[in-house]
Amino acid sequence: MILVTVGMQLGFDRLIEAMDAIAPQLDTPVIAQTGKGTYQPQNMEARVAISPREFEALVAQSRLIVSHAGIGTVLTAARYSKPVVLFPRRAGLGEHRNDHQLATIANLAGRPGILIAENEVDLAPAIKQGLALGDISHRVSEQAASLNRAIALFIDTGKL
Amino acid sequence: MTTPPKTVLAVASGGGHWEQLMLLRETLEGYRCTFATTDTAVARLHGVDEARGLPDCNKDRPFRSMWCAVAAFWLVLRLRPDVVISTGAAPGLFCILFARIIGAKTLWIDSVANANKLSLSGRMACRIAHECLTQWEHIAADPAPKYRGAVL
Repeated sequence: MILVTVGMQLGFDRLIEAMDAIAPQLDTPVIAQTGKGTYQPQNMEARVAISPREFEALVAQSRLIVSHAGIGTVLTAARYSKPVVLFPRRAGLGEHRNDHQLATIANLAGRPGILIAENEVDLAPAIKQGLALGDISHRVSEQAASLNRAIALFIDTGKL
Repeated sequence: MTTPPKTVLAVASGGGHWEQLMLLRETLEGYRCTFATTDTAVARLHGVDEARGLPDCNKDRPFRSMWCAVAAFWLVLRLRPDVVISTGAAPGLFCILFARIIGAKTLWIDSVANANKLSLSGRMACRIAHECLTQWEHIAADPAPKYRGAVL
């Protein structure tokens, strides 16, 4: 199953519409948390909001998460070692107050399990790539390994 | 004689701060670690059943902040941890402040969401905590914040 989420604050019709167009070509069902958008999906299960408990369960069951480029979803995906495709909101299209999601994708591109779709054209290839990753639980980024070592060192010695 | 494992208090507000603490969980649980958060329901959802609760607060809510400070003081005083670590925000900063008073070692890890500059809590933490980390190399400065990696 692929889980799509746009976060709890704003709708994101451009992502939901693009996913709805891709859903029939996928060999796995799609469940979308759509927020307060206006587009009505035809090819995937859509819900405005999902409770935290159910969202956890859906993330755990999913093969891939497709999301607006919100750091919250990236962290949840990392906690469950799920690959995530990030599709940034754009201020120029009225999708957010500013373009911080473009900064987020620029900063996170290339980290293990994080794929970027800058626009609708990139989305299907990024999903295909994400599904092909399979189990990524053994892929810890160098940055994460380094931070964990630093914390253990600090607890042991009081120094970084 | 072997020395007993270090006791650690790990503090994070609910939401992204807590998510980041959970990504460090394996390392923290190598010690005698107590977690504290503003949203214990979410902590239980993540399988941390015995997380201690702290009231949420920020600089715009002075009275709530005082209550949060008192709760943080009690928590630190009761647990008397060797080390206090926080991934933010204000409640974690209070815990670090009181931890310094009782002589614990303190570490602030600024949120990975702060990719352009350190948070306000983070800037204050750099003056209070023994060590302060940013998760972005380009924000690192001498002497603080240091960069040693990121949760992602």
